[in-house]
Amino acid sequence: MTSTELPVRPAPQVTGGIRDLTARRRAPRGRTHLSLGEGRTSRLLALAALTVMAVVWLLPMAWALLTAFKTEQDASDPDHWFWPPDGLTFDGFSTVWKRGDLPLWMLNSFLISAAVTVITVLVSAMAGYAFSRTHFAGRRRLFALTVAAVLVPPQLLIVPWFQQMLSLHLLDTYAAVILPQTVAPVMVFILKKHFDSLPKELEEAARIDGAGHWRVFWSVLLPLSRPMLAAVAIFVFIGAWNNFLWPFVSTSDPALMTLPVGITSVKDAYGIQYAQSMASAVLAALPLVVVFMFFQRHIVKSVATTGLGGQ
Amino acid sequence: MSSPHASPRTGALSVRRLLPPGLLFALPFLTLFAVFMLWPLGQGLWMSLTDQSLSAHDPSYVGLDNFTEALKDAEMWRALGHTVWFTVLSTVPLVAVALGMALLVHTGLPGQWVWRLAFFAPYLLPVGVVSLLWIWLYQPDLGLYNHLLDLLGLDQVAWLSDESVAMWAIVLTTLWWTVGFNFLLYLAALQSIPDHLYEAAAIDGAGAWRRLWSVTLPQLSRITMVITVLQILASLKVFDQVYLLTKGGPNNSTRPVIEYVYDIGFTGYRLGYASAISYIFFALVILASAAQYTALRRREK
Repeated sequence: MTSTELPVRPAPQVTGGIRDLTARRRAPRGRTHLSLGEGRTSRLLALAALTVMAVVWLLPMAWALLTAFKTEQDASDPDHWFWPPDGLTFDGFSTVWKRGDLPLWMLNSFLISAAVTVITVLVSAMAGYAFSRTHFAGRRRLFALTVAAVLVPPQLLIVPWFQQMLSLHLLDTYAAVILPQTVAPVMVFILKKHFDSLPKELEEAARIDGAGHWRVFWSVLLPLSRPMLAAVAIFVFIGAWNNFLWPFVSTSDPALMTLPVGITSVKDAYGIQYAQSMASAVLAALPLVVVFMFFQRHIVKSVATTGLGGQ
Repeated sequence: MSSPHASPRTGALSVRRLLPPGLLFALPFLTLFAVFMLWPLGQGLWMSLTDQSLSAHDPSYVGLDNFTEALKDAEMWRALGHTVWFTVLSTVPLVAVALGMALLVHTGLPGQWVWRLAFFAPYLLPVGVVSLLWIWLYQPDLGLYNHLLDLLGLDQVAWLSDESVAMWAIVLTTLWWTVGFNFLLYLAALQSIPDHLYEAAAIDGAGAWRRLWSVTLPQLSRITMVITVLQILASLKVFDQVYLLTKGGPNNSTRPVIEYVYDIGFTGYRLGYASAISYIFFALVILASAAQYTALRRREK
């Protein structure tokens, strides 16, 4: 390959997403680095490979969607497994929705995840600030303890949490589901590192104007940290929305169940009705997938920054 | 001090000394941390030394009996084995497939939005949805995969009820569900490889494959280590999808150790014994973390 062949292809459209992660080098790219040769065939090959993978990955969801629109009879007819002879129908969806528990579980999931997110982000940001910007006896040791606690798998604590909630008579309450999920040492660690990386000059100006710690934290550092707080919040929210084991153990009252717990209890209670089961799966999947479509860039960024847990 | 304000002031001062502003900021977290992590950790350890049960009787101290029982418990070892086996089977494809996806998407082909949605969207599904969906996909006669096998003229597979297949089926579901997470981490890492490395390689006459082999992959080696470590730790904690897909069956052949803890504690009511097994599992996690930490350290030198 000679140097004249180098910048041949026009810049690819970099569409949203992770682009803003790499603010250091936002200059438009002259070419793509990993293109498999400059030839048209290798490009087509890569496109073919990607298409096959995407189809394999989307197929389960497409199949669920198709099943959800079938009548119960067609869904369990092995002879017409692809296109239903009776045509498509909303019956599955309306039956599931009218039963009433699914909207309730969605609401529970939303309330619980929102509460977990607000508490976790606020409490972790305050602790991050304390470990990054203040001095008090035992600060280093407490931070070391927090970092060590990152290793503790929540699954380990299920039995003692249960015992704890049992003796506090809190089982089957929102508090029991929410509170244990708000302890996130890894988020304290990430936010502490983040505050460490912010320059001290700005807050020094505020200090000279007589601002106390709370003012510095609330009106100087937090506004500067909005992207990081959003990343942490999104990550915590997705985790709480999808959390299964603890909500499953701590609730037995269907009125308090979250979506992941409730939806699986239906399968056991009603026997298997595939069209309805897929209709409820589609409805349950919808909120976060729709949110992802609108906020894809933020979610991608959140995973990429918080997902490594500050490693 | 002689002024009348003296005593309240010294009072305020000593409160300030006892609770300096920094500690006040950390206090909400430290309280939750103490109540819902440190206390339960101690409580669990204490329970593992007792015969605590969900039924009414008062627990009594039994020393290390639970631990000696666990070490002789064949079902415990079997469950621990399933957890380790799942970790081995799932980590390799979850890292390799994520890397493949990220490399392909990063070539800058059109439709970035679609690729990212296709590979990452499953990660956003609650495990309840994932299991409902895959139980349906794996269904004999009616499920999509057995239909596809029929079309290819192959025999149907009893995905979730054949002991020799069930664990693989769970791994397949897990791959589909969570690979998007590692894919995004790789994609972000690829975008932060500095341009000048590629320019230098191109000037040296390196072709595309050569650039992939001698620039991209070496630049990704650190992130690959990190992703592998995180994946191993995540896989060791497997419970949700196994419990919902097979309830640990058939014949407990897929039951991971967390499910064994759940079965012992909440179905068998033996909270003390369940705690002991939890701590054996914790020892495994610590061991894995320590091994990986040393490996990472050695690499960095």
